[in-house]
Amino acid sequence: MSIEMLQAYWWIIISILGSILVFLMFVQGGQTLIYSIGKTEIERKMLVNSLGRKWEFTFTTLVTFGGAFFASFPLFYSTSFGGAYWVWMAILFPFIIQAVAYEFRSKPDNLLGHKTYEWFLIINGLLGTVLIGAAVSTFFTGSEFSISKLSITNLADPTISRWEGPAYGLEAVLNWRNVALGLAVFFLARVLGSLYFMNTISDHAILARSKKQLLFNTVPFLLFFLSYVIALMIYPGFSLDPKSVDIFMESNKYFHNLLQMPVVLLIFAAGVVLVLLGIALPLFTFEKNASKGIWYAGPGTILTVFALFLLAGFNNTSYYPSTFDLQSSLTIHNSSSSHYTLTAMSYVSLLVPFVIAYIWYAWKSINKKKIDADEMNAEGHNY
Amino acid sequence: MLETIDLRTIDWSRAQFALTAIYHWLFVPLTLGLSFIVAIMESIYVKTGKPEWKQITKFWMTLFGINFAIGVATGIILEFQFGTNWSNYSWFVGDIFGAPLAIEGIMAFFLETTFIAVMFFGWDKVSKGFHLASSWLTAIGANLSALWILVANAWMQFPAGMQFNPDTIRNEMISFWDVLFSPVAINKFLHTVSSGYVLASVFVIGISSWYLLKKRNERMARRSILIAAIFGLITSVFLTLTGDGSAYQVAQKQPMKLAAMEGLYQGQKNAGLVAFGILTPDKKAGDGKDPFLMHIEFPELLSYFSYRNPDAFVPGIEDLIKGGFKPEFDHINPLEKGQAFSVDEKIFRGKMALEALSQYKESKTTGDTAGIRTSLEMLHQNFPYFGYAYLNAAHDSIPNVPLTFYSFHLMVFLGVYFILLFIVVLFLLAFNKLEGKRWLLRLSLWTIPLAYIASQAGWIVAEMGRQPWVIQDLMPTMAAASKINPNSVVITFWLFAAIFTILLIAEVMIMLRQIKIGPKDGGTR
Ligand code: HDD
Ligand code: HEM
Ligand code: HEM
Repeated sequence: MSIEMLQAYWWIIISILGSILVFLMFVQGGQTLIYSIGKTEIERKMLVNSLGRKWEFTFTTLVTFGGAFFASFPLFYSTSFGGAYWVWMAILFPFIIQAVAYEFRSKPDNLLGHKTYEWFLIINGLLGTVLIGAAVSTFFTGSEFSISKLSITNLADPTISRWEGPAYGLEAVLNWRNVALGLAVFFLARVLGSLYFMNTISDHAILARSKKQLLFNTVPFLLFFLSYVIALMIYPGFSLDPKSVDIFMESNKYFHNLLQMPVVLLIFAAGVVLVLLGIALPLFTFEKNASKGIWYAGPGTILTVFALFLLAGFNNTSYYPSTFDLQSSLTIHNSSSSHYTLTAMSYVSLLVPFVIAYIWYAWKSINKKKIDADEMNAEGHNY
Repeated sequence: MLETIDLRTIDWSRAQFALTAIYHWLFVPLTLGLSFIVAIMESIYVKTGKPEWKQITKFWMTLFGINFAIGVATGIILEFQFGTNWSNYSWFVGDIFGAPLAIEGIMAFFLETTFIAVMFFGWDKVSKGFHLASSWLTAIGANLSALWILVANAWMQFPAGMQFNPDTIRNEMISFWDVLFSPVAINKFLHTVSSGYVLASVFVIGISSWYLLKKRNERMARRSILIAAIFGLITSVFLTLTGDGSAYQVAQKQPMKLAAMEGLYQGQKNAGLVAFGILTPDKKAGDGKDPFLMHIEFPELLSYFSYRNPDAFVPGIEDLIKGGFKPEFDHINPLEKGQAFSVDEKIFRGKMALEALSQYKESKTTGDTAGIRTSLEMLHQNFPYFGYAYLNAAHDSIPNVPLTFYSFHLMVFLGVYFILLFIVVLFLLAFNKLEGKRWLLRLSLWTIPLAYIASQAGWIVAEMGRQPWVIQDLMPTMAAASKINPNSVVITFWLFAAIFTILLIAEVMIMLRQIKIGPKDGGTR
């Protein structure tokens, strides 16, 4: 395969991982709802346990997303992580405390008490979603960095990429568009979390409260999401001139991308429709449809986010633009691994369907029955 | 104003990486070994159908789960730190180094996390056979994740299968298999995972001994000891062999590390292996002082272990600085065939390589084809010493000798001690005399921390002994860091230190409590 094809292939893989990650953040969304939906100890226990069987997948997807980005677009890895230091640190901290929270929460002698571990989950749910959303938004709004590969020959100052602002990434929250996408992801995660509870827990009180939360969170989600998308269409974007490899500002760049890539437009539209359908189904139709919402909203989320990633990376666009020095902006062409490595990694990627198959099989076999209060009281491994 | 490398950023980034790696490594070895021990126990349960084996399995599995969670929490930080704190490194070698990290996620972590869920939640939901398979797959997944990360680490100690590309200014992979099957990687993987098996065996024996001391759950304790002592004995012998294999690789590829491990300042033919020694505290290379206040050595063994030849010359720290000796392995660096370079010569050549790179770039922009050719030639000849350009003086190439020396000897000493312990425990158990030897039970219990110390010491040897290199000879640590404000790193260092310490205390308390609770029904039915 040509290097261009490999770069495109790997951008698609990154986009898939990123979009699955956003869907799986229903775990984070669910975590922020444990006190609003769970009013008694046993209800909270059901909620935490239903999430507890899935959190590792979100976590591992995040880790794999990082690893795959490193392997395929190492210049992004070093530029963004090494520059927007504080944003990434602020994303990592909540994931540390999440990882222990489930296992330690209900164990005796756990030092901090189970309330603290529940708060760990809430903090993770809030910061994880908002900050990841804001970080992804910088793919469209840009950051302040510069790259000079020849620095490596400067003995006194060999760093290739550097951040040109004092806040090391935190400045991203000063841009309302980044905040809007962060909040959209946050409320979407809560929407998905409510749908997930309806799907896995058999309990009337939880069902009723999940429905309420679904409605409450859909409104702000739509508000933030729509304003983000509209702004995205209106604002200028970072365009690559394929001949001179110069980056320049193009008005309505992302709108043009949609028109020039009708497949992406289709994916985007299908995604949005599915999300809306998934929300509407439990709200406006029969009780028995309540558990089905996630099967629409989940894939809908994946498609929508997938389309956003493609908008950022394809059609001669810079996916990690620099507002400090336009020509330092990263595109999938100037930041990728070598032809050899991308090829080797492409062979590895053939394992992915196999991985998905065994995950599917294993989940099916342990999720035959919905979670209920009886199971929580029975002996067995519970959080 | 002239900008300079901010040493505080480097030092604090190093401290932060070491802190998080040490914490991660507190939990990982137990996962690596206990997962197999649990799988063996469950196999016995499935084979015999006896419910008490199920209780035993479940008990150790509970401890496994607690340990696993915090291992995951610390791991994610390590991965992202390559980007956040070592961004220059990540660009310079990301083309090679990123691949194992990605493969680790795809191949190992998903395997582990999927089947761990079946292991914990599947007991009454899936068939016995599927459950057992899940336990084995969890163990395999954990050990596969060790494989890929250790391949990555081994590559930093011995960069193989790559080539520098002057256009992208980075190293690029040219052979995946050379990276994967480098002899350093193989030894490192085998040695490290087997250290995890030994640690887990010591852990199981120690806790079971506590039960015997308290006269609780005695049947379960005896059975657990039996399994762990056999597993431990076999793997500890293997551990010694692979440790020797590691040292052999170090002798070839990182002679300075080997010299530091042995406190060897002046090279010798028929060099002896130090069995025990106390270093002269303020010894500096070239000051003529005796390196040891006192020491005992096995004659000729160092030459034998390093080069499989008792007559071989093992270069000491001062020889490596001065050069001029005849290296035993001239295939490692053909340029030094017959006569090793001094470090000053290497620094000079490193600077030539950097100079050539700048010239190459210049000739490229001006379209000067002759210039491109000569600069490429010059770059190619001097590239093996690229990283030396950043050193200020020859002495910068010496690692911390006392730390490396003592860690190495402690690790080896403990390795021998563990083998003896497994043999004695197994022997007494076989003749039903173990319970009477209360001192031995107490000793076994107190051996648990020693296993952790040995394991950490191993990493200190490997990682401190290779300083100043982050990638041997190609990039020193100080050229690898991100350009960030040192105060940011200071803050995150303390945040990590605080959070990991709190979580560690919580974990130990939870574990102790679960051990006090013990297995269901005392593991007797
Ligand atoms: C994949 C690579 C890798 C792996 C598996 C490890 N390390 Fe490492 N380590 C590095 C890659 C690395 C590094 C990125 O290369 C560092 C940072 C700076 C340096 O020189 O090496 C480092 C530094 C470093 C230092 C600081 C040395 C100094 O002063 O610079 C210590 C004490 C350790 N490590 C200890 C460990 C331990 C206990 C590990 C067990 C898990 C471990 N490392 C695994
Ligand atoms: C710098 C080095 C390392 C990095 C970047 C790293 C990264 C990670 C990450 C991200 C996780 C969490 C995975 C998940 O989502 O489940 C993890 C867990 C794990 N890592 Fe590491 N790791 C490093 C060193 C090591 C070493 C040296 C070993 C073994 C020899 C190892 C073995 C494991 C294992 C077995 C787990 C499973 C969780 C546990 O119980 O600890 N890791 N690591
Ligand atoms: C008799 C025994 C032993 C010998 C000869 C030995 C030898 C070595 C050597 C030479 C290294 C450095 C490898 C390098 O720098 O790349 C090493 C590293 C290491 N050792 Fe050992 N060792 C022994 C016992 C142990 C024991 C008992 C443990 C722990 C329980 C242990 C755990 C480690 C670990 C975790 C590392 C770092 C990983 C690696 O570099 O391979 N070793 N060992």
